[in-house]
Amino acid sequence: MLTIFSDYTLRTVALGAGALGIVSGVLGSFAVLRKQSLLGDAISHAALPGVVIGFLIGGKSPLALLIGAAGAGWLGTLVVRSIVRTTRIKDDGALGLVLSVFFGIGLMLLTFVQRQPDASQAGLDTFLFGQAAALVRSDVVTIALLGAVAIATVAVFWKEFKLLSFDPEFGTTLGLPMGRIDVLLTTLLVIAIVIGLQTVGVVLMSAMVVAPGAAARQWTNRLGVMVPLSALFGATAGVSGAVISSQEAQLPTGPMIVLSASVLVLVSLSLAPGRGLLWELWRRRKNRKRLSVDAVLADLYALDLQHEDEHPHSVAALNAMSAERDGVGEELKQLEDRGWASQAAEEQWVLTDAGRAEARLRSRSASMPGDGRASEEADGRLGAAP
Amino acid sequence: MTSFTLAAGQVLIHGRPYAEQERQVAYVPQRGSVDWDFPTTVLDVVMMGRYGTIGWMRRPGGKERALALEALAKVGMQAYADRQISQLSGGQQQRVFVARSLVQDASVFLMDEPFQGVDATTERAIVLLLQDLRASGKTVVVVHHDLQTVADYFDWVTLLNVRRIASGPVHEVFTEENVRLAYGGRVAWLKTEPAATTGSTTAR
Repeated sequence: MLTIFSDYTLRTVALGAGALGIVSGVLGSFAVLRKQSLLGDAISHAALPGVVIGFLIGGKSPLALLIGAAGAGWLGTLVVRSIVRTTRIKDDGALGLVLSVFFGIGLMLLTFVQRQPDASQAGLDTFLFGQAAALVRSDVVTIALLGAVAIATVAVFWKEFKLLSFDPEFGTTLGLPMGRIDVLLTTLLVIAIVIGLQTVGVVLMSAMVVAPGAAARQWTNRLGVMVPLSALFGATAGVSGAVISSQEAQLPTGPMIVLSASVLVLVSLSLAPGRGLLWELWRRRKNRKRLSVDAVLADLYALDLQHEDEHPHSVAALNAMSAERDGVGEELKQLEDRGWASQAAEEQWVLTDAGRAEARLRSRSASMPGDGRASEEADGRLGAAP
Repeated sequence: MTSFTLAAGQVLIHGRPYAEQERQVAYVPQRGSVDWDFPTTVLDVVMMGRYGTIGWMRRPGGKERALALEALAKVGMQAYADRQISQLSGGQQQRVFVARSLVQDASVFLMDEPFQGVDATTERAIVLLLQDLRASGKTVVVVHHDLQTVADYFDWVTLLNVRRIASGPVHEVFTEENVRLAYGGRVAWLKTEPAATTGSTTAR
C-alpha cells in the first residue's frame, strides 16, 4: 500500500482511476435514479467508432481520441432519442440497437486501422478493455479538468437535475426547459464515460456508471448524501482497483476497478441499514418475536379471565397454548421486562395489573364487532381491577 | 401542458395564450406518474413547486421552506415534512402533490384525478382546500370520475366523451340525460362507472 506514494506509475494510475471514479459516481447517481443505467452502456459502446475516427483524423493525441469518443457517444444518445420519438420501439430496444450497431462499426473500423502497415495505431485496441497502466500525467490532468467541469456543472444545476430525475413533466409545467436540461445532464454523462474509456475500456465502463450509484442508494434516502457517497465509492473502487492490480502484474487494472466497485455493491445490498438483506432478515425476526410475545400475553390473559382472583399459571399450560416450538421462556422474560407479567413460583407466572390492562386494550381493539362476549367479560374485569 | 400536443383549438388562460401564462397554472399530476422511491423528503418535493420562480443557479432557501411548510399544513401533512417520500400512503402522496401546487402562487389549478384511490382523510382535506381556493378567487379544474360527489364538490361541470357533451353550472348541466349521453347510455343514474371524464371547475 505504501508503494502508492513512492511508485510514480502506480500513483498516476491510482489518481486517474480515483478521479474518474468520482466523476462517474456523481453522474452515475443520476443515471441510476433516472433508470438510465443502460444508457451508460450504450454511450460507452457507441464511443468506440469515435475513438478510431478521432485517431484517423488527429493521430494518437489524447484530445483527438477524447473528442472523437465524446462525439460518437453523444451521437449515440441522439439516435436513441430519435428512435424512441419517431418509432414504436421503446427505450430498451433503441438502446440495444444503438449499442450493438455503433460497437459493430467501431470494431470494424478498428480492424481496418490495425491492418494499416505502419505501427502508429498500436495500442488503440486497449480502449476495448482499458489499460490503466498506460495512463500518463497529462491523461490524469485531462481527466481531472474535465471531471471538475462536469461536477461543477452538476453543482450549479443541482435543483434542475433533481427535478429532471424526479418529475420532468412537472418541471415542464413550471416553464423550465426540461428538454435542454436533459441534454445537458446527458452530455455530462457522456463526458464522465469518455474520460474513463482509456482506463476501464468501453466494455466495462457502464459498470463504473451504475455500481457506485446503486451502492450509494442503499445507504441513504437523501439525494444530497447519495451523490457525494457515490463519488466516494467510485473513488474507492478506482484507487483500490489500481492498487490491487499493481500487486500482481498479471491482473488488468480496468477489470479490477470494476470488480472493486462490484464488491461495494454486494456489501451495500446485503449490509445497508433499512434496505439491505441482513436488515430485512433482522426486521422479520424482530417482528416474529414481537408477535409471539403478544401471543403469550393473550394466552396469559385468556387463562386469567377464567379465574376471579389473581392466579398463577404454569409454564406448561402456556407452552401447550403456544405455537412456539422452543417454549415460551423467552417471551415470558420479555413480558417481565415490560412489567406485564411476573413469576409467582417455579414455572408459575401471573399477569400484573399493567399486563392485564394492556391485554384488555389489545383484545378490545382486536375483537371483531359482534364478538360481544369477550369484551363484556373484559369490561366485567375492568370494574374488578384495583 | 406544454408536454401535450394540441389536437385542435387553443388554450387560453385569462384570455391569453398558455405559453405566456405558464406561471399562472399549477398542475397536479396523477401520483403514479413518478417514482416514490426517489431519495428525497416530503418538504423537498413541495419546494419543487418553487423551482420555476427561484431562478437559475439559486438554491431554495428559508422563504421556500416557509412556504412549503405552510402548504403542508394546509393539507394536514406538516408532521411529515422530513419523511422520506417512499414512506407515504397513496393519499398522503396525493396531498404532497397538492401542497406542491399550492406553493406555485398560481391562479389556475389543474388536478388530474386527485380523488383517485385515496383515503377519506385525504379526500376531505382536498375538498376543504378546493373550497378555500375558490374562496380566495382561484379557479380549480379537476378531472373527476365519481358521479356521486360531483354536485357536492363542484360549481361547474363539463361532461366529456371524445367530444364535449355538455358544459355549464352543475345544477343545470349535471342531468340524467347528459350523463347518459356521456356514458353512452350504459349507466344507471348516479351509479359510478369510469368511462367518461367529468371536468369541473369552481367558478371565479
